[in-house]
Amino acid sequence: MARSNKPVVWGLFALGGTVAAFVLPVLVLITLLTGLGHAPAALSYETLHAFAAGWLGKLILFGVIAPSLWHTAHRLRTVLYSLGLRADKAVALVGYGLASIGTFLTLQYLLGI
Amino acid sequence: MSGKSYVKPFVREVSKTTWYLARGRDRLHMAHEASCVFVGLYALLLLWGLRALAAGPEAYQAFLAALGSPLSLGFHWVALAVTLFHTVSWFQVTPKAMPIQIGEAFVPGPVIVVGHYTVWVALSLFILFIGGVFHG
Amino acid sequence: MSYKTIELEVLRYRPEMDDQPWFQVYRVPCEEDWVVLDALNYVKDHLDSSLSYRWSCHMAVCGSCGMMIDGEPQLSCKTFVRDLPDRRIRVEPLANFPIERDLVVVLDDFMEKLQRVKPYLIRQEARALDQGEHLQTPAQLARFKHYTQCINCCCCYAACPQYALIPEFLGPAALALAHRYNADSRDQGREEREDVVASNVGIWDCVFADACSVVCPKHVDPAGAIQQMKIASTVSWYKDHLGLGRKKT
Repeated sequence: MARSNKPVVWGLFALGGTVAAFVLPVLVLITLLTGLGHAPAALSYETLHAFAAGWLGKLILFGVIAPSLWHTAHRLRTVLYSLGLRADKAVALVGYGLASIGTFLTLQYLLGI
Repeated sequence: MSGKSYVKPFVREVSKTTWYLARGRDRLHMAHEASCVFVGLYALLLLWGLRALAAGPEAYQAFLAALGSPLSLGFHWVALAVTLFHTVSWFQVTPKAMPIQIGEAFVPGPVIVVGHYTVWVALSLFILFIGGVFHG
Repeated sequence: MSYKTIELEVLRYRPEMDDQPWFQVYRVPCEEDWVVLDALNYVKDHLDSSLSYRWSCHMAVCGSCGMMIDGEPQLSCKTFVRDLPDRRIRVEPLANFPIERDLVVVLDDFMEKLQRVKPYLIRQEARALDQGEHLQTPAQLARFKHYTQCINCCCCYAACPQYALIPEFLGPAALALAHRYNADSRDQGREEREDVVASNVGIWDCVFADACSVVCPKHVDPAGAIQQMKIASTVSWYKDHLGLGRKKT
């Protein structure tokens, strides 16, 4: 029996789930407040741009967005199988493919700041 | 072992698409799993915002304005509920994956869960504070 | 005068006569301290000697009497009639296993999977008799002791959604027992088990639904065991692929 390569995606799933559990609710609250007209000071273009310009800001933004995408890709793979969609390899390819594109775009945008 | 029993085993079929509807525990499990959809959607929203940030001030202002659209607000209310649901269900199961043994005893699960919530609340307040939410 | 008369609705299946399982209802006068197994024994002794079911110890240590009681996988010797809300109690064979006869299921799949994880102490170096016994501290024992409590009742397999969907999945009990040995300080066999445990039908088919741990009558917590193995196997995977790998035996 061959050892699975799932550890890679599972590790990202676990990391993404942990990051999401700790920071997503408060971030959703912040963008919700923004949408309701109470944008916090940090979301002004100057402040956020300055934050993202630094290496720490880039690390944090990447660390929130990318693992969350991989978390969803891996978990949706299971969900779809549980809902009867049995083409696991195809689902994995599409899901991880999209997460890869998302990861690449995150890097690209960050490096452009 | 003497003679084979009369073997005509009966396999009970279970629906591959609706199996989880039969039992509350399974429905809750699927709900936990499905919460990942909003985790992913929100990450995409952040990615969209990042793109706007990288594109320049006008694009970024357009993004901020779009956050106020009815679609965005509706999405946010649901996302808030679902991401909170994810947090609660994630913290509930984490102690099993990380038993902390001290001597012969294990740190009780609820203690680890409370620890997670404490960090979560502190971190959330910190992010709100440095975000400037408390300064109007 | 009995405490309560219940209606035991039992799924019957006699392979020599039936094409489909069907429900039969028995009226059973129960005492207050009866468990569902007592009700079944009453049926067998007084009402219908043809009813077939497994049982042995009547004290939740042998693992024979696992069955679905009101839709939940439980030990019939540990489920008290007084704790069940309705007068009608539905009893069916353990889910996710083929029915052999009445409440008796075919457990061959579990037995085969159990053997595959090598649930015994594996030593790289044999210990000579004059070296004496393996010494183990209470703390080392505590690390894996609850995983030793598995009585192979298969209630966890009946509850596991993945085992229902993926018949090849090794399942909670087999994997928990692999972990029981991996976590035992006397054991040196983790690498030998890893090919099976870390395969796609081992720990990686588990999605942490946690149903197994909820239903386990001995509080073994197979879900916790599997998640701990996932973490360990992820670390091993990276070590192997980054060349920090294992000693080849």
